Amino acid sequence: MAYSDKVVDHYNNPRNVGSMDKSRTDVGTGMVGAPECGDVMKLQIQVNSATGIIEDAKFKTFGCGSAIASSSLATEWLKGKSVDEALEIKNTDIVSELALPPVKIHCSVLAEDAIKAAINDYKTKQGAPVSAETVSH
Amino acid sequence: MSKPIYFDNHATTPVDPRVLEAMIPYFTENFGNAASRNHAYGWVAEDAVEKGRKQIASLIGANSKEIVFTSGATESNNLAIKGVAEMYAEKGNHIITAATEHKAVLDTCKHLEKKGCRITYLPLKGDGLVDLDMLRDAITDKTILISIMYANNEIGVIQPVKEIGKIAKERGVLFHSDAVQACGKIPVNVVEDGIDLLSITGHKLYGPKGVGALYVRRKNPRVQLTAQMDGGGHERGMRSGTLNVPGIVGLGAACEIAQREMPEESARLRALRDKLRAKLEASLEETYINGTMEHRLPNNLNMSFAYVEGESLLMGINDIAVSSGSACTSATLEPSYVLKALGLGDDLAHTSIRFGLGRFNTEAEVDYVAQKMIDVVNKLRELSPLWEMFKDGVDLSKVQWTAH
Ligand SMILES: Cc1ncc(COP(=O)(O)O)c(C=O)c1O
Repeated sequence: MAYSDKVVDHYNNPRNVGSMDKSRTDVGTGMVGAPECGDVMKLQIQVNSATGIIEDAKFKTFGCGSAIASSSLATEWLKGKSVDEALEIKNTDIVSELALPPVKIHCSVLAEDAIKAAINDYKTKQGAPVSAETVSH
Repeated sequence: MSKPIYFDNHATTPVDPRVLEAMIPYFTENFGNAASRNHAYGWVAEDAVEKGRKQIASLIGANSKEIVFTSGATESNNLAIKGVAEMYAEKGNHIITAATEHKAVLDTCKHLEKKGCRITYLPLKGDGLVDLDMLRDAITDKTILISIMYANNEIGVIQPVKEIGKIAKERGVLFHSDAVQACGKIPVNVVEDGIDLLSITGHKLYGPKGVGALYVRRKNPRVQLTAQMDGGGHERGMRSGTLNVPGIVGLGAACEIAQREMPEESARLRALRDKLRAKLEASLEETYINGTMEHRLPNNLNMSFAYVEGESLLMGINDIAVSSGSACTSATLEPSYVLKALGLGDDLAHTSIRFGLGRFNTEAEVDYVAQKMIDVVNKLRELSPLWEMFKDGVDLSKVQWTAH
């Protein structure tokens, strides 16, 4: 299969690889996919709770080159966006940016799902009435 | 970019220059039709065809009269299985094969199933071998054919062909074997192995593509086939069509070279394969060999690299030509049915790589491939959330995945 230059670039130089402490209340974690399906994405955001701006994003992905590129690109796009802006990212934006062929569209869908899951996790944590952290203060 | 290192010799092999040299005159000056009985052009072509027949027969311990030329193993498998099913329809309609056969066998059987045949697809043991007791139990008085491959094209596992041949003979059932991957790599002898029909193709043993043969036993028993193509009645009426003389010359030359060089070549490839395996296992944890190593072609290694997806691995080693059991690399988006038949979970099937060594590979290439594999697997594991979880002691089988 031929890959677009952008997919190859993300594969060779993946951006923002890594993991954050998922127990932190300012960190949202999304893990989507399944090993049997051949792809699992873990995407994490760290949000400034005062401004609602995503200050950092990290990913780890098990999957094909297009899945790696989709999640790498997602972390690039997330940084500096507000949580609400981040929810606007659509899988079709990823498809066109990376020039994904039809058989790889599911990779972009997975990336969008990962973004939503991470934001959801963050919001749930924020919505929790009393977090462990505040108690200990 | 220079050409990738070729480690995909189960898919096809390059034509040996000695084979090509033997073929060339039969395209140009010796272009005759082997069926032209009344002039020198025909005689020269016929002599070349008969020489090829002898060379092929010699490689598999057959008589040259038992060789029927075809366009390749797909046709040989079709002719053997459909030809027997039609010819012996009065005797029975049951065929036994195995789940890990090549599609040329499986899809032929599926076709016959629609026409009223009953097919048993034997499951395989975890090591990739046929369970002989299960085979015995599957035979009924309606069974006319057992079709089990000699060696598998993905995992290189060699079936207990001799035992299968014995069982078939005891029960009066014909035995066909797709020996495409075995011929020229390991000793194959249709008499000792008790094989009645055997498929072979040129392009897996350094011969040309588009030419193959079917061995059809003539004595004890005399096997008959219903032809699958109508025409001039070539090849004792079993396969019509003007013979592919240069192809046959090439297939013959390839068989002769393979037979002569097999002891040395198989030892060399086995050593290279074992070195590749040892290097990978020394530097990488969580690797798994698919199929038994004990009964395996000397040039095959099939390994899963847990927590690293096969297609991303191939992308990282794009200067090496290998293939993967990963779904992403197949047209069907399904992981390898061969690996699944061994009971391998989809997760490990997705992470498998098949290395197929060949005549023209060198030790330096093995060293390069091993190091490259190690580097890329390590890099991708750094990227892999599954690897991270594994390292953190998470039991991945207990995780609730959001399947999509
Ligand atoms: C085991 C096996 N059988 C049959 C075939 C088909 O052979 P051919 O390409 O000559 O039709 C192949 C090769 O793809 C094979 O590996």
